[in-house]
Amino acid sequence: MNEVAKRKICVAVTGLNAIDSPGPGIAVIRGILDCTAWDVKIIGLSYESLEPGIYMHDIVTKTYQIPYPSAGSEALYNRLIQIHEQEQIDVIIPNFDAELQNFIKISKDLKKEGIGTFLPSLAQLEARDKVNLYNFGKQHNLLVPADRIIYKAEDLKSVIEQFDFPIVVKGKYYEAVVAYTLEQAQKAFHKLQAKWGLPIIVQQFINGTEINIAALGDGKGNTISAVPMRKLYITDKGKAWAGITLEDQSLIDLAQHFISATKWSGGFELEIMRTTDNKPYIMEINPRFPAWIYLTTGAGQNQPAALVKMALGEEVKPYTTYEVGKIFIRYSWDLITNIEEFQKISAFGEL
Amino acid sequence: MSKLKYEGPVIKKMNAGLMNKFGTRTEYQPVKHIEGVAVKDMIAKYGSPLFVLSERQMRNNYQAALRAFKTRYPKVQFAWSYKTHYNNAVCNVYHQEGSWAEVVSGFEYHKALKNGVPGNKIIFNGPDKSIDELNEAIKNDSLIHIDHFDELYALIELSDNLSKKPRVAIRVNMDTGIYPMWDRFGFNYENGTAWNAITKIVASGKLNLVGLHCHIGTYMLAPWAYAIAASKLCDLAWHSKNQLNNPIQYLDLGGGFPSANTLKGAYLPGSDTVPHIEEFAEAISSTIISYGFKPDELPLLILESGRALIDDAGYLLGSVLANKRLSDGRRATIMDFGVNILFTSFWYDHKISPAQDFTHHSEDQVLYGPLCMNIDVVRESVNLPVLNKGDQVVVHKVGAYNMTQWMQFIAMRPNVIMIDMKGENHVIRQKETLQYMEMLEETPQHLKDFKL
Amino acid sequence: MKLKKNIATSESGFVFNPSSGDSFSLNTIGAEILLQMKESKSSEEIKKDILNRYDVDKSLLEKDWDDFMSQLRDNNLLEF
Repeated sequence: MNEVAKRKICVAVTGLNAIDSPGPGIAVIRGILDCTAWDVKIIGLSYESLEPGIYMHDIVTKTYQIPYPSAGSEALYNRLIQIHEQEQIDVIIPNFDAELQNFIKISKDLKKEGIGTFLPSLAQLEARDKVNLYNFGKQHNLLVPADRIIYKAEDLKSVIEQFDFPIVVKGKYYEAVVAYTLEQAQKAFHKLQAKWGLPIIVQQFINGTEINIAALGDGKGNTISAVPMRKLYITDKGKAWAGITLEDQSLIDLAQHFISATKWSGGFELEIMRTTDNKPYIMEINPRFPAWIYLTTGAGQNQPAALVKMALGEEVKPYTTYEVGKIFIRYSWDLITNIEEFQKISAFGEL
Repeated sequence: MSKLKYEGPVIKKMNAGLMNKFGTRTEYQPVKHIEGVAVKDMIAKYGSPLFVLSERQMRNNYQAALRAFKTRYPKVQFAWSYKTHYNNAVCNVYHQEGSWAEVVSGFEYHKALKNGVPGNKIIFNGPDKSIDELNEAIKNDSLIHIDHFDELYALIELSDNLSKKPRVAIRVNMDTGIYPMWDRFGFNYENGTAWNAITKIVASGKLNLVGLHCHIGTYMLAPWAYAIAASKLCDLAWHSKNQLNNPIQYLDLGGGFPSANTLKGAYLPGSDTVPHIEEFAEAISSTIISYGFKPDELPLLILESGRALIDDAGYLLGSVLANKRLSDGRRATIMDFGVNILFTSFWYDHKISPAQDFTHHSEDQVLYGPLCMNIDVVRESVNLPVLNKGDQVVVHKVGAYNMTQWMQFIAMRPNVIMIDMKGENHVIRQKETLQYMEMLEETPQHLKDFKL
Repeated sequence: MKLKKNIATSESGFVFNPSSGDSFSLNTIGAEILLQMKESKSSEEIKKDILNRYDVDKSLLEKDWDDFMSQLRDNNLLEF
């Protein structure tokens, strides 16, 4: 066979924590490796020494530790440049919510060094934040559950005049409690305040079927891909255990509307609650690929690979079809390694 | 043969969640010089601890902030916030740059006068102004910002027999969507009290209402809140002109702009989360410009920024007194400075850099101050190289509030020096002496002697 | 002061305690001390060697030594 020399590229990926509540890194890597357009080398970027991806040498060529997001964007930039000198990175795909702000901040500087990213803007990141979501929905004509941002437990009394029980009491960063009485709501307020600080978000409870959409926008308002999925089974942490691709034009339309309204650039996930009268409420917008992103590859829309192409500056045509009824089933797998590997990554930050 | 550089032996358990030493290496670079002057030399000459201010950084900050506003709005005036730092040398740097003075007490007011600030360029804020001070401010034609109705009525009374009307403004508090709402100062906008105060002033015929003032909070991270504040002040100014025929000459948006310090409990460092001064300038300027005033009737925009102009121009140099191991195995480092002079360590996680070379072996540690007080903690947990007794450190961004809120408690306050534009050092406040501390003390005759 | 027998040390500064499963990293001096302890040298010999080669005074080394030994003990690396 006469093989044409393929372009060699190096892609660095975070989120290698393929554990019980997994980060998307390994799924993203599998999507990229499935694409035959290039000869790809994958570099892992890790925070903790036990992220399983670090030890998966068949798909991750080498892993480097990077400083925690709390060290700031400058420390991150310096470390990435140091890695870049070793590996000549072409594209970086960050996959954690907490690290996105730093990566977006330094994306222009990375570009100057020849490292491509394909990320939303800081303004887009902020607009879809839980605290701003309701206004965001109003502004773009998207259905979002009504909410109130409150700072005092006493304000719950006026909130319940506005919303019927049950209500959802949410922490600033994580956790939500469904409350059926004022007393439960007050308890939840104090608990979440102690844990995550103020403000507390109180949301109208939406009953329905949960649907997720993984999508990719090109930054100009075009939808490159959108694949809706319903979870077939969830773990006790509420994470997907298995899921299936759906056929529903209204969900694709919703993703397209979102992308054209926001000119979203990069991957994201819409968490939808579809009510019995068929209204799709947007519950949350995750500004990165979900952990189940490999299902899009399996269904014929390889979102991770498409993102890499765009980050490399290549033109990407929107996908138009995907296979309906494709299923993913998540499984765990015990990887065997040696103490030396753990020591190396822990002490030298490289493996 | 010269001996190898020594560093104490360190053993560290490798945990899965451990912040690896590699990841932290880039966070800490030794800081051996400030504005080209060696930390070691400054401590040798002026002692440890030592506050150092950079005149260059102060002027740079001022000019950058002024530019941010002036390129967006035609009439801008800064007023130096005395409470942020009222050392005369510091104030005069800002006065040389063109700043008026913003004071909140008789003490600060007299300091500004003594520095040579003309009375009509002093803004007198705050809830505590005595009758004598008000009289003096009236005489000097200062801008008196009224905080409450008691003050308003007192001023009307004082102005009874004056030929020239005192120039006043009211402080307005309002809901800008920011929590906590500072409603303890001034008159509320939403419930109509502010408008009520305006009409009373104009109706009295005794006072000249020239300005409107607000100050919505401190360490504000939300530029949009200033847009809301500016728009509400514009509303009041508009109505004052159209309904009361009393045009407003200036809007004073106060201060509250943050520095790049990291607030305790914040996840990302301040340098990444704090909005640039340009964003505040944009929010304020565009709101006022687009409100609908005729171009020649645009009010003067006054800003009372303090922290954002000086915080990063201030450094605290200090030395390690001792090391210990706490009962739970954590390392503790005791510094020769504590909360007595670094008051801001109550709310910031100050960045601290070693002032000499070190290896990349670091350890999580507690930094304590030297006081015999349990609350004397400079950093509850910080990952730093292992510091030996006598090693020196540089604490960053300490220019605002520390040298006004510091306490003379247990120890006396250290030297403060300023590095000028040419790199020369000047002591701008000498370290305190026992004689100075006892200058105001008096011991009754019967307590002068004792036998032990 | 004796190191437990089965403790595995490497010159690059890793320590592995097979009976607890814990791993540790050491800085250069820490690794040197541990290697010499493994060779069953006495505390006095090791300290003397460090004083000879490093720029450190006796009282500082003494203090650091005690701290280091208590750390080794806390981490279950010493024989009782």
